[in-house]
Amino acid sequence: MELRAEGVSRRYFRQSKLSNVFFAVKETNFALPAGKLTEITGRSGSGKSTLLHMLAGLLAPTTGRVLLGDTDLYALDDAERSKLRNEHIGVIPQGQTALRSLTVLENVKLPCLMYGDEVSDEIPMSLLERVGIAALRDAYPNELSGGELRRLAIARALLRRPRVLLADEPTSNLDDENTHAVLRLLRQCADEGAAVLLVTHEREAAEYADRVLYMSDGVLSAE
Amino acid sequence: MKFEKDLSVKNLKRKPARTAALVILSAFLSFSIFGGSLVVMSLQNGLKSYEARLGADIIVVPNQARSHGTVDSILLQGIPGYFYMDESYFEKISVREGVEIASPQFFLASASAGCCSVAVQIIGFDPETDFSIQPWIRESYGGAVGDGDLIVGSSIEIPANRKLVFYNNSYNVVAQLDETGTGLDTAVYANMSTIREMLESSTKQGFRYYDGDPARAISSVMIKVGDGYGIEDVANDINVHVRKVEATQAKSMISSIAGGLTNVSRVIGVLVVVIWILALAILMVAFVMISNERTKEFAVLRVVGASEKMLKRLLRTESIIISGVGALCGAAAAALVVFPFGGLVKRSLDLPYLLPDAGVTAALLFGSVALSVLAGSLTSAASARRLVKNDTGLILREDA
Ligand SMILES: Nc1ncnc2c1ncn2[C@@H]1O[C@H](COP(=O)(O)OP(=O)(O)OP(=O)(O)O)[C@@H](O)[C@H]1O
Ligand SMILES: [Mg+2]
Repeated sequence: MELRAEGVSRRYFRQSKLSNVFFAVKETNFALPAGKLTEITGRSGSGKSTLLHMLAGLLAPTTGRVLLGDTDLYALDDAERSKLRNEHIGVIPQGQTALRSLTVLENVKLPCLMYGDEVSDEIPMSLLERVGIAALRDAYPNELSGGELRRLAIARALLRRPRVLLADEPTSNLDDENTHAVLRLLRQCADEGAAVLLVTHEREAAEYADRVLYMSDGVLSAE
Repeated sequence: MKFEKDLSVKNLKRKPARTAALVILSAFLSFSIFGGSLVVMSLQNGLKSYEARLGADIIVVPNQARSHGTVDSILLQGIPGYFYMDESYFEKISVREGVEIASPQFFLASASAGCCSVAVQIIGFDPETDFSIQPWIRESYGGAVGDGDLIVGSSIEIPANRKLVFYNNSYNVVAQLDETGTGLDTAVYANMSTIREMLESSTKQGFRYYDGDPARAISSVMIKVGDGYGIEDVANDINVHVRKVEATQAKSMISSIAGGLTNVSRVIGVLVVVIWILALAILMVAFVMISNERTKEFAVLRVVGASEKMLKRLLRTESIIISGVGALCGAAAAALVVFPFGGLVKRSLDLPYLLPDAGVTAALLFGSVALSVLAGSLTSAASARRLVKNDTGLILREDA
């Protein structure tokens, strides 16, 4: 299923000499095709995360709409949009995002537990193995390193085999070996039919991507 | 729902110190309101029972009564006392206009020496005319109180052989009365002839309570005023026309207690309000501080697909667990203070004090807990709104 952004922009208010408003993302048309890995790079502060959050249904765009297939994300009510994200959009946010009161395994199962869906240990464990932290299944997040937490977030995003995968710098904090493992994993998801977006500063990422876009001051362009 | 419950419990368990602090704060709510209202209700209850036990409109005592105790100190505080006048006063009083029923009573203090089993107040009544003690006795004892029979107040310990010795005479305990929360609970009751016999033997043993004829002694006269007569008028009439006695309206005895009760209730009320304001304010601040610390956690839940409703439910569950556990702990603590130390409360307040019955207490407990849970959850709900409505996209940018 394709994820499309039609004329989306995001405005913020900010004190400045010229004007109090500025656009973190300027009006953008953008499609994330199924089965492809799309990479976005760009300077820090150029609006990559803002765009990704709008695509994820987490941040309402100032203009435009976001469509998953035929569904306009922001036309749905909060409960419907949340459920849709839970089932179809895997998000790997920037930073560390594990819940401290849950173990590693419980954190990975979270998307299913949240809606009361049965989940065996099998799938989450195989995901933990693929990201290399299976041994930590019963540890709590405060016992994990930054890189291990990143990988935990990746495993969690993949649990429901989402049609869309949005990864915001998933390889920051990772060593070379793990960086490649994660990139391979994302590539594999694309090959299995998911629409994958990878926001990254990583040079090596380009070899895994079908398409590389460049973001600069809120404007997206082909590199 | 199960998810929210599980996660709440895990959240609370993973932050034991924070959880304990919140539980203790919430406990103050139910502790103060349950404990406070229990004490106030016990006081009201005590006043009501005192009023009922007094049962008379006017109480007449000899003028010199003050030197060896007053009706107040005997009936209310249970301090043994005695004072006497001749039976002829009873006749003079009972014929005054407006006196519908008059009944003599007789107070004798037992000595703590070897002649008596216990040092208590003994109150005698005339079975023929009595209208204030017998109705009460009938609540716990159906038979008549014959010569030599004793009825004891609720705090008197009855010996195994059910016999009490006063001034070397042995008497049978035939019944025990219900609690009143007043000095009456520590008194022993007998009919007139029994108590006069006691007075006589006390005189023989050298106690000089009364110089007159013990067989003609009485201590007070209880009066019921007839319809159509003003209680105050009748009391004044007795004070003017019968010398050497003092007629007091029961109402004025009660009103001094009622005044004390109002003061104590007001102090307790203010304390409860202050505790509530403080506890709720601190809870509010605590919840706001906690919610700042938790914005990230909630953003993560949103990312994974939690709706605003789920977040609200999660917060509500946590706050209900916290305030519920807190309310139960607080009420239990209040019960541990109020029930075992009831005697202490009573003594230090010097007011009639009678715990409400189990039904009322249970209702009070339920109400206090419910109110505390409600207040606690509303306080957290105030901070919840902000937490839930936070823009996830914005929070995730702040890397932690
Ligand atoms: N709530 C906000 N209020 C004001 N400005 C904001 C807000 N959120 C984001 N911005 C601004 O919008 C711009 C884009 O932010 P964004 O997080 O999308 O950048 P980014 O490309 O993801 O950067 P990085 O590579 O460092 O993650 C930045 O200049 C940022 O300061
Ligand atoms: Mg970013």
